[in-house]
Amino acid sequence: MTHSAWNSTSTLVCAMLIGGAIGCGRRHATVQSKPPATASPSEPSVSTPLVSVPALTYRPPSPGPNDQKTVTLAPFQLEAHAVTNAQYLDFVGAEPAWQRQRVRAVFADAGYLQHWPGDLEIATSDRDLPVVNVSWFSARAYAAWRGRRLPTQAEWEAVAAVGLLALDGSTELGTMKRILDWYSRPGGAPLQAVRSTPPNCLGVYDLHGLVWEWVEDFNSALLTDDSRGGGSKDNSLFCGSGALGAANPSDYATFMRQAFRSGLRARYTVRNLGFRCAADLVRTH
Amino acid sequence: MTARTSNLSLAILPMLALAACDKASQAAPTGTSASASTPALEVALRGEENAVLTAPPKVPPPITRKHPTRVVVKLEVREKLMPIAEGVEYTFWTFGGTVPGSFIRVREGDQVEFHLSNHPDSKMPHNIDLHAVTGPGGGAAASFTAPGHTSQFSFAALNPGLYVYHCATAPVGMHIANGMYGLILVEPKEGLPRVDREYYVMQGDFYTGGSYGQTGIQGFSMEKAVREEPDYVVFNGSVGALNGDKALTANVGETVRLFVGNGGPNLISSFHVIGEIFDLVYDEGGGIANTNVQTTLVPAGGSSMAQFKVDVPGTFILVDHSIFRAFNKGALGMLKVDGPASTLVYSGKQDDRVYQPEGGAIQSVSVAKTTPLPANLSKEERMGHGARVYAQVCMACHQQDGKGIPAAFPPLAKSDYLMADTRRSIDVVLKGLQGPVTVNGTAFNSVMPALALSDDDVANTLTYVRNSWGNAGDMVTSADVAAARGGN
Repeated sequence: MTHSAWNSTSTLVCAMLIGGAIGCGRRHATVQSKPPATASPSEPSVSTPLVSVPALTYRPPSPGPNDQKTVTLAPFQLEAHAVTNAQYLDFVGAEPAWQRQRVRAVFADAGYLQHWPGDLEIATSDRDLPVVNVSWFSARAYAAWRGRRLPTQAEWEAVAAVGLLALDGSTELGTMKRILDWYSRPGGAPLQAVRSTPPNCLGVYDLHGLVWEWVEDFNSALLTDDSRGGGSKDNSLFCGSGALGAANPSDYATFMRQAFRSGLRARYTVRNLGFRCAADLVRTH
Repeated sequence: MTARTSNLSLAILPMLALAACDKASQAAPTGTSASASTPALEVALRGEENAVLTAPPKVPPPITRKHPTRVVVKLEVREKLMPIAEGVEYTFWTFGGTVPGSFIRVREGDQVEFHLSNHPDSKMPHNIDLHAVTGPGGGAAASFTAPGHTSQFSFAALNPGLYVYHCATAPVGMHIANGMYGLILVEPKEGLPRVDREYYVMQGDFYTGGSYGQTGIQGFSMEKAVREEPDYVVFNGSVGALNGDKALTANVGETVRLFVGNGGPNLISSFHVIGEIFDLVYDEGGGIANTNVQTTLVPAGGSSMAQFKVDVPGTFILVDHSIFRAFNKGALGMLKVDGPASTLVYSGKQDDRVYQPEGGAIQSVSVAKTTPLPANLSKEERMGHGARVYAQVCMACHQQDGKGIPAAFPPLAKSDYLMADTRRSIDVVLKGLQGPVTVNGTAFNSVMPALALSDDDVANTLTYVRNSWGNAGDMVTSADVAAARGGN
């Protein structure tokens, strides 16, 4: 992938790609994608700014014997923060099939949007909080409505590995501890608004420390079949065998995200599971 | 399947033998249980009941029914902040809200219908691997549960024994290090020998950001966990969980059974109760009992059943006898036994005396050897030699003027005790003296060490003191000393 393939509106400095250790300034490359297809009910929210992500290197946490140890991803765009309740309210207003009372049970379980006071009603204080209690199906539907898509696990993980100061976050002291600290705080505390944790050097907020996030292929780590049914799970991530084949047995944060994702099925909703959208880069030439 | 069946019958037999030792009437014929197989278990299932789950240190009551049944176990995973020590909070991940998790008790042959619920507020997915399960993963894959969901699976309790259960979700060490373990007892068909008290004690090691006792909310330290250097090693989830008001209790004459588990994640426990000997230990929670055990090893992810009769009252301390863990990391619990003392079994303190290491209770002070003196020394010559020995050996306590030190060292000057009995004064120098004496009407209770002096020196010194500071006595000869030394 060459730099010329990038959207010219991307203000991210491509130079940072030459040599991974170069630090990056905090620039928010905002790329406007297609406008919402339908008008929102009231006080329409805007779609989240997209951040351009350069060609990052991704290391699969548990590569199979025939898998590549590292994968270079195509540049893409990722929303700077998770989808908020206000944004999601616009969506269900426009797409009634995804309202709480109407959603089909096969697409979302009983917890779907349970924190909302009504089908088309959210608490004012919740407007800027990440929407949670959404299923994979509903997250995909939202993304499609925005003209976007869910990020792949590789894309999400690659951006999550970006540091606050440099593309390679693995060298930043305390990064793992900061992430583990969030995981080891008990759940149930009130959620924080989006953008309440420091952005990484690309300008992406809250990948750690706010909520879990759906990815397109959430079930690729452990599940081997359709995740609606009784999926036969690969036992290799349980107990001690979890370390077998792991690229880095000390990367507990990645283990935990993988475990979390593989505990899900597509219709599940969870109190601290939200999502954000991604988009392909638009070629200008 | 055949292999499993034979395995089962092998496991039962020792249990039966033990039951027979204690309660002959309970021993069932061994031939019938050997024929048990999985189909037979299913046929024999009768009824259904909800398992009684208990928080540590309590144990559900013994199972009295004589037939296998369907037992429904409902266990909830909660992630919660709890104290790990005074003023120190830690985010525990729990089975049933406690560390260790709820104690589960089923009977050999039961069909266990397991419902694992993960509280909606949980951050993590969790599962359960019960070592009592015969099947891949011990239930781990089947019970893998996202927050806000419940998983159900079933298993046959084929093998009797005391088994650990734990969460097996990656990274498994962190889930265990956060307290996700507990015990499930599969009682043998015949039941366990009846005891008066049963308790649930489980050890675990914890790795916190701050060092031991550092107050505030402490997070999990992955570094320390990987290095296997815990800040806390505790029984039942926190420092002092079994101390003071929360101590285990029993009465004299009762038999106590401890269901001991070790969640780890890293350390092996050298489990010991100070002042007790385990009459029976089912090593590693298995079917064979050892007798008269002082310390039993409890592996990480393993268990032990320890049984003992308490014969005397007092506080018995439970420790991991890898003793720095007890002293510095919290691995201490208490069993308080009430009832009448039995001085035959244990006297309590019978005496308290000053210990001085050289020569038992009475210290022996050695003095440089001297060449023998002629036997026919005069009284004055003996007093001259004796004065030098007195200055070297005796004066520190009895003082230059022989008046001693009030309340500590009795006077020799004008001493009725010294002068009353020459032979006694020789013995005191040779053998030392301790305990109460009355000198010139004043009581002393102190220690004089035995003095390793030559016969000449003893004779000369005694001659000196018995004829100084107003004392007027006879001469003590080396022959007198030799006779005393010989016990005559």
